[in-house]
Amino acid sequence: MEEYTILRQFADSWMLLVLFVFFVGIVIWVFRPGASKEYKDTANIPFRHEDAPAPLRGDETAAPRWGDKPATSKEARQ
Amino acid sequence: MSNYIKLIVLGLIAIFAAIGTNYARDLAYQVHAILVMLIAGGLFIWTLRNTDEPDILVDRSAEYMDDVIRYGVIATAFWGVVGFLAGTFIAFQLAFPVLNFEWAQGYLNFGRLRPLHTSAVIFAFGGNALIATSFYVVQRTSAARLWGGNLAWFVFWGYQLFIVLAATGYVLGGTQSKEYAEPEWYVDLWLTIVWVAYLAVYLGTIVKRKEPHIYVANWFYLAFIVTVAMLHLVNNMTVPVSIWGSKSVIVWSGVQDAMIQWWYGHNAVGFFLTAGFLGMMYYFIPKQAERPVFSYKLSIIHFWALIFLYIWAGPHHLHYTALPDWASTLGMVFSIILWMPSWGGMINGLMTLSGAWDKLRTDPVIRMMVISVGFYGMSTFEGPMMSIRAVNSLSHYTDWTIGHVHSGALGWNGMITFGALYFLVPVLWKRERLYSLQMVSWHFWLATIGIVLYAASMWVTGIMEGLMWREVDANGFLVNSFADTVAAKFPMYVVRALGGVMFVAGALIMCYNLWMTVRKAPAKEASLTVAVPAE
Repeated sequence: MEEYTILRQFADSWMLLVLFVFFVGIVIWVFRPGASKEYKDTANIPFRHEDAPAPLRGDETAAPRWGDKPATSKEARQ
Repeated sequence: MSNYIKLIVLGLIAIFAAIGTNYARDLAYQVHAILVMLIAGGLFIWTLRNTDEPDILVDRSAEYMDDVIRYGVIATAFWGVVGFLAGTFIAFQLAFPVLNFEWAQGYLNFGRLRPLHTSAVIFAFGGNALIATSFYVVQRTSAARLWGGNLAWFVFWGYQLFIVLAATGYVLGGTQSKEYAEPEWYVDLWLTIVWVAYLAVYLGTIVKRKEPHIYVANWFYLAFIVTVAMLHLVNNMTVPVSIWGSKSVIVWSGVQDAMIQWWYGHNAVGFFLTAGFLGMMYYFIPKQAERPVFSYKLSIIHFWALIFLYIWAGPHHLHYTALPDWASTLGMVFSIILWMPSWGGMINGLMTLSGAWDKLRTDPVIRMMVISVGFYGMSTFEGPMMSIRAVNSLSHYTDWTIGHVHSGALGWNGMITFGALYFLVPVLWKRERLYSLQMVSWHFWLATIGIVLYAASMWVTGIMEGLMWREVDANGFLVNSFADTVAAKFPMYVVRALGGVMFVAGALIMCYNLWMTVRKAPAKEASLTVAVPAE
């Protein structure tokens, strides 16, 4: 078979399936149990660390984790 | 040590450019060689003077790298005004051809200035806005300083050099005549280097992030950086005729070349002007509204749906051409499916204000951001509609297309960038507030009315022109000559140019306002000038 036909056949079958399944998988994954709680935290990322980066590990006992209280700029600059 | 390597590289570049100045086969190449020689030579001397000086190492890991963003904000405002002025001027050239001055033929006529305008607004204004805001957003949402130290400066200045080379090249005739990809081979190579550095800075910062999750704005920015790199490389596969000249020959031919060009062209819209700016939307609208995005789940689906669909939409630029029907149908179908993620994203942006709609009354900055999302919704409705083959047969090659592009570019990209600039300047220069909110209101209304004049006149003239072109008499002969349509369009061209004047006026007011914010607005008290004592 010529190159075009091979590629075209592959694009029309397996690749199409892969992309479609990947996309449907994402939609299902987004609605997985417990997602809302996690996304609530993620959606608030812009409201932490406005003035300075998070302190280095070791400077502070805990690295940021899910649901941690956001570090205020004051804490972060120490 | 690194300085010695730098000196060798800069010296070699300067010598090469000097030889190029001598052997140059065309004017654009020669001017660029002189420019590169001067810059490389200047940097050589500057590096030499700083070599073997004692290093003063300051640990800045506890603060964000904001200098480069401040420069980016200034560059955005500057190139914005340059691009808008160029656009307004060529709008007047179309209405009054006498403005194609006889003494400047071959340099400042419409054909030379038009790519200058499109590149200035898309790549200089939009590109600087994207680089500056992406550096701002990635640091804040990763809680980490930019990776790579001075590499971010290289990205900024390297990108400015790209803009200058591209713009001067167009005026002097160095162009490969691919829409939105006009720069010639050596400028393309330079942009590739800068872009790889940009990707490295961006990814490096994300890798060392302190937040466990990558915020959605970064996903959009990253998609923009990666996809533009891919598009740029494939669409600019050229073989230079000579290493001493700007002319190059593309390796693609015929309809493949056309398809690759519009695969590039439409995804420049989809990833440069949409995905990147959506990154802005997902950060700056929540910040200005002081509430998180309406639905984070929707934002993830929005992201994947948008990037999975946009990449296929290009063929709708090639209806009724040598492109096979199945390909243009595919492009049309994907364009129409794009309605869903586009409007999903628009709803997500707008609904972020739910519960804070009163801010529209009091805060002109948020008003600007909201109307930009409104224009996004409008142009992403119009676009798929125009991609339908039957509609396209009327709209293609008419001014309707230009109106569509501008409602997207001025309304969506322009307004969200203005909103981001109004947000960023007080923050970056540590001011309590903007100098004048009233001026923001003025800017808002001038820009909005300007866009409405622009889009409305282009709808009228575009549809009129399309109908005139296809009008046949009882015997099947065409009724109108091309010159008839040009003459009929004159009043609409004047209205469009006036819309442009209003848009430029608004941008100038913004520049004055931002300048006075830095100069005169009260400094944010104590917060950053006084060190906070360790407890």
